[in-house]
Amino acid sequence: MGINNNVLGLIFASVNDSAVIDLTKQRTMGSIPFGGRYRLIDFPLSNMVNSGIQEVGVITKSNYGSLMDHLGSGREWDLARKKGGLHLLPPFSHVGGGVYQGRLEALNNVWSFIDYTKSEYVIMSNCDFIANVDFSAALAAHKESGADITMIYAKGFYNANKNINTNILSINDDNVVTEILVHPDMLGECNICLDMFVMRTDFLKKIVREAASKNQCSLIRHVLQGRKDEFVFKAYEHKGVYFKIDSLEAYYKASLQLQNASVREGLFSTENPIYTKTGDNAPVKYGLETVVKNSTIADGCIIDGTVENCVLFRGVKIGKGSVVKNCVLMQGTVVGENCCLDSIVADKDVEISDDRVLTGSEEYPLYLGKKAKI
Amino acid sequence: MKTKKKCVAMLLAGGQGSRLYALTKKVAKPAIPYGGKNRFIDFPLSNCINSGIDTVGVLTQYQPLVLNDYIGNGQPWDLDKMNGGVHVLPPYQTSAGASWYEGTANAIYQNMAFIERYDPEYVIVLGGDHVYKMDYSKMIEFHIANNADSTIAVIDVPRSEASRFGIMICDDENRVTDFKEKPKEPVSTLASMGIYVFTWEKLKKYLIENENANTDSKDFGKDIIPAMLANGERLFAYEFQGYWRDVGTLDSLWEANMDLLSPSVPLDLYDTKWKIYSRHENMPPQYIGPNAHVENSMITEGSIVDGAVDFSVISAGVTIEEGAVVKYSIIMPGTVIKSGAVVEYAIIGEDSIVESGAKIGMSPECAENRDDWGIAVVGHNITVSGMAKVLPKEIISENI
Repeated sequence: MGINNNVLGLIFASVNDSAVIDLTKQRTMGSIPFGGRYRLIDFPLSNMVNSGIQEVGVITKSNYGSLMDHLGSGREWDLARKKGGLHLLPPFSHVGGGVYQGRLEALNNVWSFIDYTKSEYVIMSNCDFIANVDFSAALAAHKESGADITMIYAKGFYNANKNINTNILSINDDNVVTEILVHPDMLGECNICLDMFVMRTDFLKKIVREAASKNQCSLIRHVLQGRKDEFVFKAYEHKGVYFKIDSLEAYYKASLQLQNASVREGLFSTENPIYTKTGDNAPVKYGLETVVKNSTIADGCIIDGTVENCVLFRGVKIGKGSVVKNCVLMQGTVVGENCCLDSIVADKDVEISDDRVLTGSEEYPLYLGKKAKI
Repeated sequence: MKTKKKCVAMLLAGGQGSRLYALTKKVAKPAIPYGGKNRFIDFPLSNCINSGIDTVGVLTQYQPLVLNDYIGNGQPWDLDKMNGGVHVLPPYQTSAGASWYEGTANAIYQNMAFIERYDPEYVIVLGGDHVYKMDYSKMIEFHIANNADSTIAVIDVPRSEASRFGIMICDDENRVTDFKEKPKEPVSTLASMGIYVFTWEKLKKYLIENENANTDSKDFGKDIIPAMLANGERLFAYEFQGYWRDVGTLDSLWEANMDLLSPSVPLDLYDTKWKIYSRHENMPPQYIGPNAHVENSMITEGSIVDGAVDFSVISAGVTIEEGAVVKYSIIMPGTVIKSGAVVEYAIIGEDSIVESGAKIGMSPECAENRDDWGIAVVGHNITVSGMAKVLPKEIISENI
């Protein structure tokens, strides 16, 4: 861990909410449950904390009740601090203004927070990329290169038909970003921008102020694209695993990838753990004649049936004789007896009564809304 | 800020637990892992906060490092309070000299200043090595309703076991008429659970008198309660209904864990209305691998299981490799059971390694002589080599 106590972390909890409209109906992107016990915001937030950042602002837009509930005072991330710590920044709009449209506008709305910070650098991140990123190394690269903005990217497969809201970088031999394309019509291996940026606080203030004066709101369009000849943008490669949550299918596939040892180790290292709100659940209880294979299971579950290739969140109950395969069942889902479930994504507190048969498909998992009774 | 508290809890956590040797060599008994996710001290601490008692003094003496670390600022139990909260109270030095806690009553006596700070009406004295869920506030209400000087929690035990406990003899109104410590021929089956509520002014008087009398024991069961009875004070027995288990021996530690796997045992750790909290590391959920066979067990977060687990309690961060077999056993946090190792009817301590091919414990059916059979125990931070065989009843406290 570097001593990065002069760095401000900024997390946009609501950017790209509309990509997974089912999951964000009652919550922000940042508060989407993931991996049995986490919420998406745990990843950028833990990455920041693990990089030594002690001051983080979380910028929200709407439906942020679950996010506030999850973050609380920030104690679980060691961010309940007198100096710095966690700041929740709900939308603030001037008289007559609406809720913000782009990140620059959002930053202008929380201007007093940004103006107040004494931190010299800013690292910003959205919540729709899941990765264990070393921000310390990215910051060191930024300081050394002297760039105005350093963008963190990863090499990965891009498909314009599936990956919406994705920004693709062209990078030259000197790691300079020569072009940034928003959702281009392409297919294949690309430099995928993780939408994580490092810059000096002074630089951020400058671009936010200038954008506000011109009534510009988008960081990508108005700065990274619009002013690319004026500034130096460099790229920093994240070499580990990452997932982008840009559809329910992507969410589902990323969840099931947790059964893969290299993915698990890449996301949850013991050196850089992912912190989350604790639920104080008892261990998982496996009953008589259970069959459980290749599954990720959070504490508090009670399993009396068959579970294969699933991700079960805290407090899920699987009744006797039920067979559950390829499912992601969120916190508090109760499956009755003798059910047969395949390729289901169940949101929180879904109840499935005895003898039900529900099947989705790998490409289109069947989504069951929060508190649905079936 | 208002400092006065209605009731202060004093938790006796200094015991060595010598009969749990190998597990308590470097760890105080209240800090021993239990039930996958907890340590024993979680039970009284969680009961306190769930009962509305937010001021707890924890009296430590024996090997307090792990215990102190575990309690920390008390946050996992919501006992990090501006006023009150949990306070670790080790023995200390005064101008008159320094002394260890000589007995349970002496330990409280030495910390009277701590209690006085909160000016309580009642003090509840608790142990740190019992598994139970109990609403202390009901016991305190009972104490108040009876206008008692002391109330002792009791549980009805089988007559055959009564001689192991302190036994209360009561009249029809639950007033204690006599008390016998481990009687050979018990006349009652109401055993003391080691939980006492005292009216503080009364307790203070008896603690001072006991200290001045300078007995050898300075103990609640041996001195304070008999003295109060002799003086005709109002002592009442509060009968507890529910699951309660004393974990003084290795066998009872194993049994108390196995109880969690039994559907007939009324200790529900999944009840969200009375949670047993714990301090635990941030670990990802457990992963059960493609070769795993898991039945009748409890497994905790951070564990990776690809072997066979049956009738066992697996703590956090344990690895059970493909081809390893764990049956009727308790595996404490961070331990690795390698491929091909067999662990049956055993307790394996924290952060130990059981190498491939090792064989620990044996089922009672396989034992030639039933009298030679018992639980096999491996202590903390121990490596059991691939050639090793640990017999039933054997206790391993060094690498083999």
